[in-house]
Amino acid sequence: MNLTLKIWRQKGPQDKGKMVDYKVSDISEHMSFLEMMDVLNEQLVNSGEEPVAFDHDCREGICGMCSLHINGEAHGPDRGITTCQLHMRMFKDGDTITIEPWRAKAFPVIKDLVVDRSAFERIQQAGGYISVNTSGNTQDANSIPISKHAADEAMDAAACIGCGACVASCKNSSAMLFVGAKVSQFALLPQGQVEATDRVKNMVAQMDLEGFGNCTNTGACEVECPKGITLENIARMNRELFKASLIKF
Amino acid sequence: MSGFFNSSIGRKYAMAFSAFFLIIFLVIHLAVNITSVFSEDVFNDLSHFMGTNPLIQFGLQPILIFGVVFHFVMGFVLEAKNKSARNIKYARNNGAANSTWMSRNMIYSGLVILAFIVLHFIDFWIPELNTKYVQGDMSGLLADGEGFRYFEELQHKFVNPLRVGAYVIAFILLALHLLHGFTSAFQSVGATMGRQKAMKNIGKAYSILIPLGFIVVALFHHFNH
Ligand code: HEM
Ligand code: SF4
Ligand code: FES
Repeated sequence: MNLTLKIWRQKGPQDKGKMVDYKVSDISEHMSFLEMMDVLNEQLVNSGEEPVAFDHDCREGICGMCSLHINGEAHGPDRGITTCQLHMRMFKDGDTITIEPWRAKAFPVIKDLVVDRSAFERIQQAGGYISVNTSGNTQDANSIPISKHAADEAMDAAACIGCGACVASCKNSSAMLFVGAKVSQFALLPQGQVEATDRVKNMVAQMDLEGFGNCTNTGACEVECPKGITLENIARMNRELFKASLIKF
Repeated sequence: MSGFFNSSIGRKYAMAFSAFFLIIFLVIHLAVNITSVFSEDVFNDLSHFMGTNPLIQFGLQPILIFGVVFHFVMGFVLEAKNKSARNIKYARNNGAANSTWMSRNMIYSGLVILAFIVLHFIDFWIPELNTKYVQGDMSGLLADGEGFRYFEELQHKFVNPLRVGAYVIAFILLALHLLHGFTSAFQSVGATMGRQKAMKNIGKAYSILIPLGFIVVALFHHFNH
């Protein structure tokens, strides 16, 4: 198929940037979206132009690096997938596809379609960990009884790959689905109780500091999240913070 | 707790609590209004009680005004903050693909409700204050002294089709506001955990029935006076 691509081009963090139109032809419907981008970049390199910068690593939906806003949706029109898992069969011959970087003040553009998501790292560092005895007599994790239900829910929350699609799709650029998942994966387990109070307070404080917006429960994040993280995790985080504020203020 | 209410989530709680307050207020308000459809006397008695009871007038009324003002001021503040969290807009954004119109336009449905509240103040509240506290007539009686004035005043307000039209439109917007807002408030305080479906259904029922009740009262008096 033949396509018109409208792509955000920006030389660097200080550049103003603009949308630029490109044509690609003979794209197979079996290609992945990123393979289509590779075709475009090969074309650009061959004609002496600067290729389009975009993030990617595993290309199998597990690393969370790929991050394109395609035709007005994070990770494009398909559901439960990352950009690298999006197939060109979702599009038709002659389509115009708009490709933009994640947009949020807390995710500044580094170049073209690549944004800086280190805000997520800083939120994680603020409390997304547990303390483990590593003195040589580390306890086997299986020796702590955990209900099947809690284990399942914690596992579901831990499926978050930190891609940032939730922020990108939210009309408020809120990071609460991500932070909700990261708080929940520990809040549900006994190992997470030791730091529970400080964890939620510090992670939420860092989230606010980074300049993410405030959740208004539109649910856009849950729909666009490639890993099916649910709003339930935001409700849990809100409860955890309320509880933490009562215990320690 | 002050740290809590300065956090993004604390503000969500504050917003939700002001909304819960308004949700309860609407039920009470409708419960009084709806009696006017069934019994002139009951409506008059209730209105007189609500309008002259000191606990309600000087206890609950100021809280209500605070609640309303807090809610829309906080609404504006959060909207402005959230807007600024995305400094460059998408060239193409398909909001309809992942969220409802209601959830994306709370500020606009809210603004229509606010306009209605202003109209409502001019229509009912200021004349009430004038009669009761400026002219000092706390009797609640008609000018000729033949019974209470409330029911007649109510009927009189719903003669003008333009006012009835504005009233109906405002309540449709209130329904849209609540169709997102009701469940949203419960989600904000973490009360939807494990019962999201049930909360959605209760929210739907409330958001349609309450505004519909107000509309029925308005139309009833428009066509029966
Ligand atoms: C009696 C009238 C009203 C009722 C019953 C009502 C109800 C609600 C409810 C239940 C919510 C959800 C709260 C949450 O998500 O935690 C909400 C949110 C909101 N309301 Fe109202 N509201 C009313 C009037 C207004 C007015 C006059 C405005 C003025 C602009 C307004 C603006 C907003 C906004 C912007 C939000 C979203 C805020 C957010 O979620 O962060 N509302 N309202
Ligand atoms: S919650 Fe979902 S959308 Fe958000 S960062 Fe995690 S995986 Fe990505
Ligand atoms: S490139 Fe790793 S998830 Fe897409």
